[in-house]
Amino acid sequence: MQQMQTDVLIIGAGAVGTGIARDLALRGVSSVVVERGDINSGASGGNHGLLHSGGRYVAGDVHSARECREENELLKRLAPQCIEECGGLYVAVAGDDERYIADFPGWCEAAGIQTQSVAPADARSMEPALSENLIAAYTLPDASLDPFRLSLENLAHAKALAGSTLLTRTAVDGFELDRGRIARVHLKDMARGETRTVEASQVINAAGAWAGRVAGLVNSRVGTSIPLLCSQGTLLVTHDRLSERVIHRLRPPGDGDILVPGGTVSILGTTSVTIPDPDLARPSVREVDVNLTNGAEMAPILASTRYVRAYCGVRPLLADDGSSEADRDGRSASRGFLLFDHENVGLGNFCSVVGGKLTTYRLMAEQTVDLVCGRLGNSTACRTREVPLPVMDACSWTEPGRSAKVWVMGHASDDEILCECELVSASAVDGLLQDCRDIFPDPDLQLLGKRSRIGKGACQGAFCGLRVASHLYDTGALSSRRGLGAMRVFFQERFKGQRPILWGAQMVQSELAEALHCGLLGLEFPAPESPEVELSHE
Amino acid sequence: MNDMMQCDLAIIGTGIAGMAAAVFAANRGLSVVQAGSTGALAYTSGVFDVLGALPSETAGGRPTVVRKPFAAMADLFRIEPGHPYAGVPAEEIRAAFAEVSAFLADIGLPYQTGGDDNYRLPTPAGTVKHSWCVPETALAGCLALESGKPALIVALHGLKGFSSRQIAANLAEVWPGLQPVSVPMPGHTGGELYPEQAARMLETASARKALAEVVAPHVRGVEAVGFPAVLGMHRPGDVTRDLAERLGVPVFEIPTMPPGVPGIRLKEAFESALPERGVALFCQQKMSGIVPEPADPFVLRITGQPVEREVRAAKVLLCSGRFLGGGLAARQDLGIVETVFDLAVRQPESRSGWHRQDYFDPRGHPVHRTGLAVDQQFRPLAKDGRPVHPGLHAAGSILAHQDWIRMKCGAGVAIATAYKAVEALRRGR
Ligand SMILES: Cc1cc2nc3c(=O)[nH]c(=O)nc-3n(C[C@H](O)[C@H](O)[C@H](O)COP(=O)(O)OP(=O)(O)OC[C@H]3O[C@@H](n4cnc5c(N)ncnc54)[C@H](O)[C@@H]3O)c2cc1C
Repeated sequence: MQQMQTDVLIIGAGAVGTGIARDLALRGVSSVVVERGDINSGASGGNHGLLHSGGRYVAGDVHSARECREENELLKRLAPQCIEECGGLYVAVAGDDERYIADFPGWCEAAGIQTQSVAPADARSMEPALSENLIAAYTLPDASLDPFRLSLENLAHAKALAGSTLLTRTAVDGFELDRGRIARVHLKDMARGETRTVEASQVINAAGAWAGRVAGLVNSRVGTSIPLLCSQGTLLVTHDRLSERVIHRLRPPGDGDILVPGGTVSILGTTSVTIPDPDLARPSVREVDVNLTNGAEMAPILASTRYVRAYCGVRPLLADDGSSEADRDGRSASRGFLLFDHENVGLGNFCSVVGGKLTTYRLMAEQTVDLVCGRLGNSTACRTREVPLPVMDACSWTEPGRSAKVWVMGHASDDEILCECELVSASAVDGLLQDCRDIFPDPDLQLLGKRSRIGKGACQGAFCGLRVASHLYDTGALSSRRGLGAMRVFFQERFKGQRPILWGAQMVQSELAEALHCGLLGLEFPAPESPEVELSHE
Repeated sequence: MNDMMQCDLAIIGTGIAGMAAAVFAANRGLSVVQAGSTGALAYTSGVFDVLGALPSETAGGRPTVVRKPFAAMADLFRIEPGHPYAGVPAEEIRAAFAEVSAFLADIGLPYQTGGDDNYRLPTPAGTVKHSWCVPETALAGCLALESGKPALIVALHGLKGFSSRQIAANLAEVWPGLQPVSVPMPGHTGGELYPEQAARMLETASARKALAEVVAPHVRGVEAVGFPAVLGMHRPGDVTRDLAERLGVPVFEIPTMPPGVPGIRLKEAFESALPERGVALFCQQKMSGIVPEPADPFVLRITGQPVEREVRAAKVLLCSGRFLGGGLAARQDLGIVETVFDLAVRQPESRSGWHRQDYFDPRGHPVHRTGLAVDQQFRPLAKDGRPVHPGLHAAGSILAHQDWIRMKCGAGVAIATAYKAVEALRRGR
């Protein structure tokens, strides 16, 4: 069994975990991030990508609204490469609550959020997708945020500053306690099943919706329990971008009431369905229909537009203590976050941070690292409020619409385009692999998908999955039957997001994809051609 | 509209079912008007399956590979009693294939059927496909795989999605002695190489000579050489034979990702040969109309560039395919609808039932078994179970109770049901 040592072990490589790694590094502390899947496998890879202005929470949760407003301003200044400052329009349609509309500007003012009233006709000329039934509109400083780029760059910076590392496909599956401390953490390699242990001075649980489960592993006797409510939210990706700005329904938060642009597409969401286990999250046909029906009330085009994918994430919401049935509604739970120091159960080197938003990830990291550095005797102050996030070039392939520009600007004439929908070339794939060689000795398609736009276009990986795989074989990155497995996993994952939106043009696309994957290649056979599945009918 | 055309049979659709139906009808002396978009045909791999797999009946089970397609029919009907093959005896499937094969051989695209067995054909991912009827240009590959003879697989620089290393690595266990090589396509100046472009280049003897020269040094200790399916557009047999002579060993083709050359060959061959046999073929056109009263003929309209025609037909054969072909449309609000006559479609109750959660579910997805229910004469049935019109027939993948993708029975269903439908409508004339 392999042994490892580090100052700080961070569990979970979402926005919060990677944000913590960078904050620590800026204070001179090196860390190891362990992640069961890959970067942003949890909520950070399944959210709306909205850098909240705070407007959504002004009516019910002024505290969260203020936090969002402050972080929104900070991030626009410090990480502009991850943000598109598109602005937001909050709109009400006939039938929406007039009292809410009238009170809205006052609430915003109380939270320090800038708003401006816009005449419905002007709003419609700013955003032609809006309904004719508009009765009120306000501008707010919302923006769209690329969570993949954000987490990748936070981690890259932590690595550059303090040599921090990331272990992906590695799950924490046990803790060894010794006199009130976590002496060792047990890790399991999800791909190979091997185990190893890590000794860390401090352990941080940033496992999002899984934080309760991780805390439960510490010791049931000690009872580190975290009251989490898993709220699944489903979102839809449109084939084209439908608006310039974020469009937000001016009413108490509900389903299908936000449309966020992201590069060349728009994202509609989101639902809120309480589920028992975050591993069961899957976008469903019903949630898609709910989003569509609601969304079409503010932007009618949403009823007839082409969608390329649905996806979902699980909000790690804090259930009120002793949560009764009435509390088990994700909408009414707070969007604030909580830091559990676990000192009440006598653990001096373990803490958990849960709840919050993508927008407030930096603040969550700051408070967590304040606690941890205090415990380590490190008195350096947090610097993430001043130090800009450095721009990492390799990340340009994650940005919708951007890869096309990058490619057109500087490609060699014999550089093949492997992903035709999103214009990701063979040399880009080689570059991405080069960048993560030390983390991923054996590359797969999922990994490339996370770090680029591969598989995100209209074909949803149907064609580029094969082209990229054959390129990996050609360059020697793949050399065994494992590549077939990697293809299956990749197509399976893309299908999860296809299933609920298969109608119209996308159904045609998916029929062609399955004809290729199963009809021609027979990938539905677990081990194609293994003798025991053959039947000779003699 | 002055251009009124009269015919015995109007065929809607130009996929394999529609094309085969036109061959059968023309051979039987029927006058035919046919229209459709040939897009989907170009997406076929060019290989004709009869039955290559049986889906599992349980979630945890495994689909079964079929080695002997005709012998497996009984098992098929146990799993899927309504499968269109239930209406076509094995001898008639063979007869239908023989008639289509003869037609294709005549126009320079000979096919070979496997007797009682399926051929085993290497795919571009390095898996094995089980198929009953393969283009002659693919045959040497099937035979070499069967006998385990060492072979060379040649990839061409710039031709995406075809890696000889991938094929060799994945097939290593069942086909030892496979050797991968990748060579530049002579005369191609670098950058992306498209299959169709390569195929047209190889029509000339000088290009074949140059290609043979770059490949020849690698032909050592192997008994066959495989290429991506780009060996000529019009007379692939001649191109394959010429390369084989130059290399001194048999040469074969491996299908590529769609749209591939074998599909385009079929499309072009049908498009040029059917009119020669008297079929009035309108490509890239739509044919539409309504179902007339039972005693009346069909009045249909062909629309699109450059013609606009009206057709009066005694009988109609609907071969409009599924979603890709355009015969079925999946609507978010209305469910699955038939696009020409708005016929009743057998389908799950709601959209949630169209697909299972797991993409590779061994049972397949219910949406692929939706479609038209038909009587013994392949006439679509209305909701009340009666034929919609005495002269309206349907064939091919639009029929319910077959999942051609998972059962690998696409061309087989198309050809066999087109045959039966034409036989039935001819008798009912
Ligand atoms: C549908 C939806 C829409 C949202 N929209 C927005 C929005 O528009 N704007 C906004 O600001 N916020 C939004 N949020 C909230 C935001 O996404 C989350 O607050 C944020 O991403 C949480 O980050 P995290 O790092 O705490 O958790 P996660 O991103 O979930 O990270 C936790 C990680 O821990 C890993 N892990 C779990 N168990 C283990 C283990 N045993 N060992 C190792 N690793 C483990 C998981 O794989 C995961 O990657 C949305 C959330 C959802 C669900």
